[in-house]
Parts: sequence; C-alpha cells; structure tokens
Amino acid sequence: MPTQLFWFIFLLPVISFAIITLFVKPFVRRESPLAGYITITAIAGSAVISIWTLIEVLGAPHHEIAVPSISWVAIGNVFEINLGIIMDSLTAVMVVVVSVVSLMVQIYSLGYMAHDEAGYTRYYAWMSLFTASMLGLIIASNLLLMFVFWEMVGLCSYLLIGFWFHKPSAANAAKKAFIVTRFGDFGFLAAVLLLYAKTGTFDTAEISSLAAAGALTGTAITWAAIGIFSGAMGKSAQFPLHVWLPDAMEGPTPVSALIHSATMVSAGVFLVARTFPIFVHSLEAVTVVAAIGGFTAIFAASMGLVANDIKRVLAYSTISQLGYMMLALGAAGIVLSHEGHTAIDAAKAAVAVGIFHLFTHAFFKSLLFLGAGSVNHATGTFDMRLMGGMRKVMPWTYITFLIGSLSLAGIWPLAGFWSKDEVLITALEGNTLLFILAMITVFMTAFYMFRVIYMTFHGEYRGGDPEAHGHLHESPGVMVWPMVFLSVLAVGAGWWNVSGHFGAFMGHGETKGVIEGLFGIFTHSPWPIISLLLGIGGIVLAYLMYGSKRISAERVGDMFKPLYTMFLRKYWMDELYEDIIVRKTLIGVLFAGLQQVDTYAVDGTVNGVANGTSAGGGIIRRLQTGQLQLYGLFIGIGILAIAICLYTFG
Amino acid sequence: MDSSYLTWIIFLPLAGAIIVALISNNHSKLIRYVSAIFTLVPLILAVILFVNFDRSAAAAGVMQFEQKAAWINSINAYYHVGVDGLSLPLVVLTAFLGFIVVLISWKINLRVREYFAWLLLLETSILGVFCSLDLLLFFIFWEIEIIPMYFLISVWGSGRKEYSAIKYVIFTLFGSAFMLAGILSVYFTTGSLSMVDLAQNGLGMVQSIMPAAPIFFLLLTGFAVKLPVVPVHTWLPDAHTDAPTAGSVMLAGALIKMGGYGMIRLCVSFFPQVARDYAPLLVTLAMISVLYGAAVTLRQTDIKRLIAYSSVSHMGFVLLGVFALGEVSLTGAALQMVSHGLLTGLMFAMAGMVIHNVEERNLNNLGGLARQIPIIAVVFSVAGLGSLGLPLTSGFAAEFIIFTGSFSSTIVNNIEVFTLLSVLGVVLSAGYILWMIQRTFYGPVQEQYNFVKDADGLERVYMFAFIGLIMLVGIYPAILTDVIKLGISPITGLIGG
Repeated sequence: MPTQLFWFIFLLPVISFAIITLFVKPFVRRESPLAGYITITAIAGSAVISIWTLIEVLGAPHHEIAVPSISWVAIGNVFEINLGIIMDSLTAVMVVVVSVVSLMVQIYSLGYMAHDEAGYTRYYAWMSLFTASMLGLIIASNLLLMFVFWEMVGLCSYLLIGFWFHKPSAANAAKKAFIVTRFGDFGFLAAVLLLYAKTGTFDTAEISSLAAAGALTGTAITWAAIGIFSGAMGKSAQFPLHVWLPDAMEGPTPVSALIHSATMVSAGVFLVARTFPIFVHSLEAVTVVAAIGGFTAIFAASMGLVANDIKRVLAYSTISQLGYMMLALGAAGIVLSHEGHTAIDAAKAAVAVGIFHLFTHAFFKSLLFLGAGSVNHATGTFDMRLMGGMRKVMPWTYITFLIGSLSLAGIWPLAGFWSKDEVLITALEGNTLLFILAMITVFMTAFYMFRVIYMTFHGEYRGGDPEAHGHLHESPGVMVWPMVFLSVLAVGAGWWNVSGHFGAFMGHGETKGVIEGLFGIFTHSPWPIISLLLGIGGIVLAYLMYGSKRISAERVGDMFKPLYTMFLRKYWMDELYEDIIVRKTLIGVLFAGLQQVDTYAVDGTVNGVANGTSAGGGIIRRLQTGQLQLYGLFIGIGILAIAICLYTFG
Repeated sequence: MDSSYLTWIIFLPLAGAIIVALISNNHSKLIRYVSAIFTLVPLILAVILFVNFDRSAAAAGVMQFEQKAAWINSINAYYHVGVDGLSLPLVVLTAFLGFIVVLISWKINLRVREYFAWLLLLETSILGVFCSLDLLLFFIFWEIEIIPMYFLISVWGSGRKEYSAIKYVIFTLFGSAFMLAGILSVYFTTGSLSMVDLAQNGLGMVQSIMPAAPIFFLLLTGFAVKLPVVPVHTWLPDAHTDAPTAGSVMLAGALIKMGGYGMIRLCVSFFPQVARDYAPLLVTLAMISVLYGAAVTLRQTDIKRLIAYSSVSHMGFVLLGVFALGEVSLTGAALQMVSHGLLTGLMFAMAGMVIHNVEERNLNNLGGLARQIPIIAVVFSVAGLGSLGLPLTSGFAAEFIIFTGSFSSTIVNNIEVFTLLSVLGVVLSAGYILWMIQRTFYGPVQEQYNFVKDADGLERVYMFAFIGLIMLVGIYPAILTDVIKLGISPITGLIGG
C-alpha cells in the first residue's frame, strides 16, 4: 500500500467538507440529502482505507510503517515544524474506530435529521469537518499538529452542540463545552511549550526517545505529563472538568453518539496513550492519571444512578467509562514505574488495556446513543419518566439497546466484559483502593443501564412529549441498520483479545487459544467471576426496583435523601463553577474591580491631568489681562530681580 | 539598488487625496471611484513588491527597494525609504486595509469629499512610517497621521466623538513628544538620522554624552502609547469605539502596529543591550496588558468597545514577543501584528456592518441574528475564532509562535512564568469572544430584526478577501515568516544569545 494513501484517511472528509461548504451550501436546498450522500461516500472511503491500513500495519514488522513528512514552517535553524503521519498499531486501531463509527452515525443521521428545519447541509458540513479533524488528530506525528486538530475537534463539538443555536440552552452548552475544555487545553499548550523548550522538537517519537534516553528528567517531565493530562481531562471530561459533557447533550443525538461518546471524548485517552512514553518516567504523573480516572469512574456513575434524562444517563456513563480508561492507563503506568520499565516499547505496550476498552466502548456506547435517539424519534422526549413500553413498538431498537447495555454492564461474552475485565485486573496491580472503586462502579453501571432499560422499554407507555404529535413507530431502516451493525460489534469486538491478539498487536502479553481464552478466564483468578456477579447483581436490583417494582424506587430515594439530592444536583458543581466562581467571583468582583480601576484610576488619572491642565491654564489665563500697566509692572519686577541677582552673585 | 516603487506606493494615496479634494461634493460617485483606484494601485504595487522580495538567506538584514535622496543636507536628513522583512508585511497589510476601508466607506454620504481625502492621507502617513529609513522622515509621517484621524473621529464618528478625538490627539502628541526628544537625543549623540546605520553601528558613542537607557525610554514611551501598553491605553477604547467603521479598521488594523514596529525597529535595534536589561520589566507589562485587557474586555457590553479592549490584550502578546528577545518570539510578534490587523480589522468591519444594518450596538439587546443575517454571522464568527486563537487561522499561528519563542527564550529570566500567565489570556479570550458571538447571533429570533439586511455584494467581496488572507496565513504561516525572519535575524544577531 503506497504511504501517500494514508493521507486520504484524513483528506477525504476534508474534501467532503470543502465540497459541501463551497458548492452544496450555496446552490442546493438545505433539505436536500445531497450533503449527506457526499459525507457518507467520503467517510466510507476513509473507513475502507483505514481497515486496509489496519491490515497492513498488522502485517508490518514491529507493527509500524514509516511515512515521509513534509516541511511546513521554519524560522531560523531551531524552529521547524513538519507535517507527518505516525502509523503504528495505536493509530491503526483508532482510525478504524473513528471512521467506522462515524460512517454508521452519518448513515443514521440521514433518517434522524430528515425532519429537522435546519436541514442537512450545515449538519453534514460540520460532521465532515469533525471526522477529518479527529482522523487528523490520530495520524498526526507531532504535538503541535495534534494540538491543531485537538482544537479543531473542539470547535466542531462547539458548533454541533450549538447546532440548534436558537435554543439558549444549546448556545450556552456549546459555549460551556468550549471554555471548559479550553481551560484544560491551557495545560496541554503549556506542556507543548515546556517539551519544546527542553527538547527543541514537537515530534512525539523524538520526544519519546529523548525522554527514554534521560534527556528529560525530574519535575520538568512530571509537569509536562500533568499538563498533557490536563488537556486530556478537559476533552475526556474527567473530574473536575467533566461539567460540560452532560450539558453537551443539547446537540443532536447522532452528534452525541459520534463526538460525545465514541470519538472526541476518547481523544483525551488517546492523547495520554500517544504520549505515554513521557508519562512512565513520572510516578507522580501516572498516579494522578490513575487516581483521577478511578475517582471519575465512580463519581460519574453516582450521578448516572438518578438522572431521568436518557441521554444524560448515557453521558454520565461515558464519563465513568472514560474514567476506567484513564484508570487502566494510569495503573499500567504505576506498574511500569515501580518495575522501572521505562523503555519506549514497554510504555507503548502498556496502553493496550486502556485502548482496548476505548475500542469496545466506542461501539457499544455509540450504539446506545443511537438507540436513545431512536426512542426520541418516536416519543419526542428524552425524559424516561414519560417513556415506557417501547419494547413492543420498537423491537429492533430494544434488542440492539439491550445488547449495548449488556455489553456495557460487562456481561460475558460480550465485548464490554473482556475489556472491562482487563481494566479491573490492571487496576488491581496498580492500586488496591482504585480497584475497589472500580469494582463498585461495575455494580452501579449495570444498575443504571438496566434502570434505563426498564424505565424506557418495559411497563406501560407514559405518553411521551405532550407537545409531540404522531404515533409511536419503529425508526426507519436507515436508522435501524447502523444500530444493528454496531450491535454486532458490541458483541464481537471484544473477541479480538479473547485469545490475546489485540494485546499482542499493541505489543502487550501473549496469545493463546480461543477456547482457552473464552472459558479459561474464569479459572485463573476469582475476580472475573466476581465482577460478572456484581454486574448481574446490578441488573437484578434494577429489575426489582424498576421492572417488577418489588422495591419502591421512591422509598429508596427517601431513605438516602441527602445522597439522592446530591447526585441529582450533580454535587452542586455547576453552581460552584458558573455561579460562585465565574459569575460572582471573576466577572462580578475581580473583573468588575479591574474595570473600575480602568475607568476611575487609570482613565481617571488621564482625565484628571487633562482637567488639571485646563484648570491651571484657566488660572494662568487670568494673568493675561491685556493691561499694559500690569505687564509693565511685571517687567519692572523682573528687571529688579535680575539686577538684584547680578548685584548679589556677580 | 534604487527603485521608486515605494515612493509610488506611499504617495499615490496622497495624490488621490489631493484629486478628491478638488472634486465637488456633488460627484460623490466619482470621489469613491477615484479613492478606490488610488488605493488599489498601491495595493497591487505592494503585492508586486511582496512577490519580488528577495527571500534568499543573503538578503537577511538588507533593505530592498531602497530609494535615497538628499533632503536637508545641513542636518544629514535624507529622503530615504526601503523595506526589509519586518516592514514589508506591514506595508502590504496597510495597503490592503487602505483599499478595503474605501470599500467599507462606500455608503458614507456625509461630506464625502473631505472624508475620502482624510482617509487617503491617513494611508499615506502610515505607509510612510513603515517605509521610512530616516528618523526625521519617520517622525514626520508619524505626526501627520494624527490629523486625518482626528477629523475622521470627530466628524464622522459616533457617541462622544469629540471627546474621543481630542483624547486621541493629546495622548498621541504626549507620546510623540517623548519620541521626538528621543530622536533628537539620538541625533545629537551620533549625528546620524539613518535608521540603517544606527542599527548597524549601534550607539557606541552614546554612553559618553547621554546614557542609552533614557533615550531608549523616551523612544519607548511614544511607541507604548501607540501599541498600547497598560497603563497608557485608555485612548484606545474610546477612539476605536467612537470612530467610524473605516477609522476603527485603520486604527486597529494598521495604526497601532506602528507602536510595535517602532519598538523593534528603533528601541531593540538601536539599544539591544538596554532592551536586554529592561526586558523583565517590559515582559511584566506585557503580561499585565494581556490579562488586564482580557479581564476588562469580559465586562464590556458595547460590541465595538469589546473588540477594542480585546486589542489591548492581543497587542500585549506583541510586547511579550518583542521583549522576550528571541528570534522566534520576535518573528511571532511581527506575525501577530499582521494577523491582528487582519482579524481585528475584519471584526471591526463586521461590527460596523451589524451596527449599521441593525442599528443596535448593545450586546444585551442583540440576539438571534444568525437566522436573519447568516452571512454576517458566519464571517463574524470566523473572525472571532481567529481572534481567540483557533488553529488554521492566523491568530493561532502568530500566538503559538510567540508563546513558543518566548517560553524557550534564553535572554530573560523566568520568562516561562510570564509566558504561561500570558497564555491564560487565550482562555479568557475564548470567554469574551464566544460570549459576544452568542449574544449577537444565537438565541431566539427577535421579531424586530426580521427585515435587517445581510451583507451586500460589495461587502461580501471584501469580507471573503479578509477570510482568505486569515486562513492563508493560518494554514501556511511560512508565507510571511519566511519574509519576516529576514528582517528579524540581524536584530537578534545584535541582541546575542
């Protein structure tokens, strides 16, 4: 395969974006699905090349292909930036995930956006741009280029969250997402500057090898890693920068499925994985990653337990699962750091577990979001209290959603089981406390997902959106087929590593037989069976509370009233950030104070000087009386003074 | 080599101004076309210069397209013009904006003749500043600029226009009085007014007559008012807010760049050692300008005033880049001047269009306009995103180069801390820009704006010209940095590593 072809993974959606903005938008009615067809064709092309690439990389020695780069900007002989592609196992896996999920979402959107008054054109333009930027982020070989695409995906997220910009809630959510993530990006940018100042390069591979060679040491490398991680925390919605993601659900649901579950939010995990050879040199940094990840996993899950909006439950679930991925990366880093394995190969291999969870999660979580969108398509609402009984009306949506939920809950032998199990084992090796938190989260995950299943699909229909009209119906085939396709992956994607082949591809662990992998997992240690039982326990509890209603959900809520309120109010973090910190402290006091300083102190001085001068001029003007006698008097006094001076000093 | 290109570029607008002044007010159409032609030709010539500029390494530090003629022999003053990598991009920028503001002013109907005459004279004076290689000539062009700007603000402005205009004049004269004292000091200590010689030979003999540092600060004061640097910035929000759209575009786009240009060309080039000594102070002021400017911007509710204050913050980056004194940081600062000229020029043009079409400038009363004026909304958003430093726009390229250059500069101690604090300005800029865009264009559609007109054909032409340039510089910054570095590398050579 010619290496130039790699560029087209990224260029095809760029071309589709360009065609849509330059030719489709001005000349074609916005209801026309033409923009959708162009986008789907381009992304299908990307997906084909991506899969081809994956096959090539699987067969390449060391699972890596060298791609020549292009010079972009050079100042002096120190500052030089190249455009380059890094084509290794991590890239290959990620491009397949992104292009395949994106393709499914674009097809689904043809149905979902069909009746939207905003039309297809703008929607698909942004979707193309997003897919291009995301793929660009993955293949980019240097940190600067990654930062560029990192910001571009953030922009697309902003534009798509605010797609229905006439809704103030959507416009606010978009702005919030951009600013919160940019706050994290500040750390990322600082880390890039620091790494450049220390190494003189932006190239990730070069920085990695310099770090491995010991050129980067001590606090510098810790700060660099933590800076990168702060960018990752923003994008991957890790505590305490998670607040934007639930609000981001204001965007169209396919957008949530693509950007806010499968791809952009996992970009943070990807970024940490890509720069992991830096992280492993700092025990502090990897500990921070593991701790934030582990805490976020259980913290977000707790809010998912009580949310009534189906998309918000999924959003909290996403945050929680991203926490798992971070936990896996951090814990693997702790292990390596303790063992003193800081070679690049070891570091690159250590990300296998986290990335494997990213890989399976992308499929089942985007599937769940598409399912939520499908339910919304029928009922006109996302509030689960208004749903119920959808199972009978929408069998396809129900079955695929159930598969996704089982996979997320970690039920054997679905995809989620395999990846989650590895995360747990890695956590156990890294830190016992984090492992315990992760185990509790397994139970909570299963519970909230089946709470969704019972509230949405079982029982009696509770009316949907009172303002919506029309009857309940299954979604059209163009929406159902992508869900079916993704549900196949939600079942089977995990089998790549049943025999250890995914790990081996990433350079981690050894392969074994399929049968041995499939059943042997329960024989080596008790933890897989315990986590499976915890998951089943969560499902059973959800059934008792929301299915058979043996246990009254209201009474449980009343029993734990303070906790329930705290979860429902999201730990009051929105109030803390938006009201207390931003509105009251910064804008209300600090910036207002500076504005007062500017108006009264700085500009006041200016005006004061001006007024003083003009007042002084007024006084002096009085001396200019125009009376010759007075002038004569002054002249006389002057001459006298000069004469006295001459007489005294002369 | 001698060439009269630059003379043509500088004085064609002046010739246009004279011709316009002779045409009767009744022929307003003719006045517009004459103005357009006499600004378009310099733009074309400037582009030709840009294309023919020698980019080879041997051209570093060499003035190109020079023209030199004896002027006042008794004081060694010459008519001496020329461009290097530092000034050429600014000349092109000014010529571009000079032409665009004529198009922006197409709908002006009040005292058309005088308006265009002043506008053209303004262009000549700014171009003259960037091309002059003789200090006296430099100073004369610098001073001429005040007159047309005063009239543009006080006659065609809005709000407290007389106050703002006179404030602008007094502030600028205050700064240039110091600058004149500085120039005279330079002249009396060296006997030379040649900016080329002074930069090359340094002011070795200065120490004996007058210490270098006071001269440095005399010159710097004039430039600091212009840039502006906190705390001598308060003329800027008033002048930008109350000026007519074209005036704001020229002010923000080209005029305040004279401050940054002067700092590099005079202060740093003539006094590299003093610049090194006082760099920590100036970098601190830069950081304060960035953060303070951004904080005050976040409190603004007038659309033009908000953009004006954001300029204070963004020009702080220029000051940071200049006095980090690294080759990369200085290149970034020069690039930021061009980038800010394009971005803020476009923002003021768009804000002017919104104010003109909607007849409302308070952000609390605007809203929902994306449905009614989609093209203005898109272009305004692009300008805003560039201003908040989004990649693929010139704003990112310039700011990133400044940050990289400053952070890794070895001249100033603890520059990392100042750089990082300044980077926080980028986070704040996301806040005010997105707030402004949301307040103007998003939210529920407001009925009273249903018949607001979107951009017309002419307006579309120039706004997409802006966007094209912003993206060009953003995607391929080397188109400018390859030129700029030829002007910067000899200067950093003087500073030493």
